Amino acid sequence: MSEFLNFHFDVDGENFVSAGQASVQVKKNLRELGLPPEIIRQVSIAMYEGEINMVIHAGGGVADVNVYEDRIVIILADTGPGIKDIELAMTEGYSTATDNVRSLGFGAGMGLPNMKRYTDEMTIESEVGKGTTITMCVYLK
Amino acid sequence: MTVQQIIEKFNFSPLSLPCPEREVSGGYTGDLLSWVMGRASQDNAWITIMSNINIVAVASLSDVSVVILAEGVSADSGVLETAEQKGVNIVSSELPAFEIAVRIADSV
Ligand SMILES: Nc1ncnc2c1ncn2[C@@H]1O[C@H](COP(=O)(O)OP(=O)(O)OP(=O)(O)O)[C@@H](O)[C@H]1O
Ligand SMILES: [Mg+2]
Repeated sequence: MSEFLNFHFDVDGENFVSAGQASVQVKKNLRELGLPPEIIRQVSIAMYEGEINMVIHAGGGVADVNVYEDRIVIILADTGPGIKDIELAMTEGYSTATDNVRSLGFGAGMGLPNMKRYTDEMTIESEVGKGTTITMCVYLK
Repeated sequence: MTVQQIIEKFNFSPLSLPCPEREVSGGYTGDLLSWVMGRASQDNAWITIMSNINIVAVASLSDVSVVILAEGVSADSGVLETAEQKGVNIVSSELPAFEIAVRIADSV
């Protein structure tokens, strides 16, 4: 495999206040690398949605962003409850968010659809009771 | 128009203003964060009544140029400090979201 740059984050599942910090840091890092603003925006939006999902649905997890010459790969892995019906979860408007989380503005059921929309490739691997790993890819060329 | 010009024209109250010269290219109104993430465009003014800390990350990552808190909603000091640090402009207005949107639409 070709050489790449890795950014790694532990995403805290308890802290709603700092939720999104890994994504904000990645945006900063990608800016410093001089990547095109439209690419940075795609990665930022997709990663934020995935990061928030790990916080509100899975009790946290780990995030890796790998920057290759021709693409950026975002891997979000958690050991949360897993997703029983992935197709249903991908449907716009589908959400199992609690009232508490909804009062903060989450729970529109638009996160996974946004991730799909803003990336060139997306795969979800999930096992109920074990966890979820989402891999997304944004092409640079 | 820049954020600073919009503040002056409509008498909005600046709450956090690290980047007053940012251009406003249109707007998006909404309170559900994933809708804003998916639908707001870069350099939009985001009009909302949501004022919790999560608006800072959403504004930063979706790259909107200013958050306009409608209906006289304010944000607490922790939110505003974070916004200053992250380069996120936040202003407030007594006007309802619809009225703000009409004014922004007329001037950009
Ligand atoms: N990492 C995850 N672990 C377990 N379940 C998940 C995970 N990510 C998503 N889900 C499930 O998929 C549903 C849809 O996710 P999606 O991000 O589209 O919407 P949401 O998080 O509920 O609301 P929004 O993202 O609009 O704030 C969630 O409500 C949840 O049931
Ligand atoms: Mg979500």
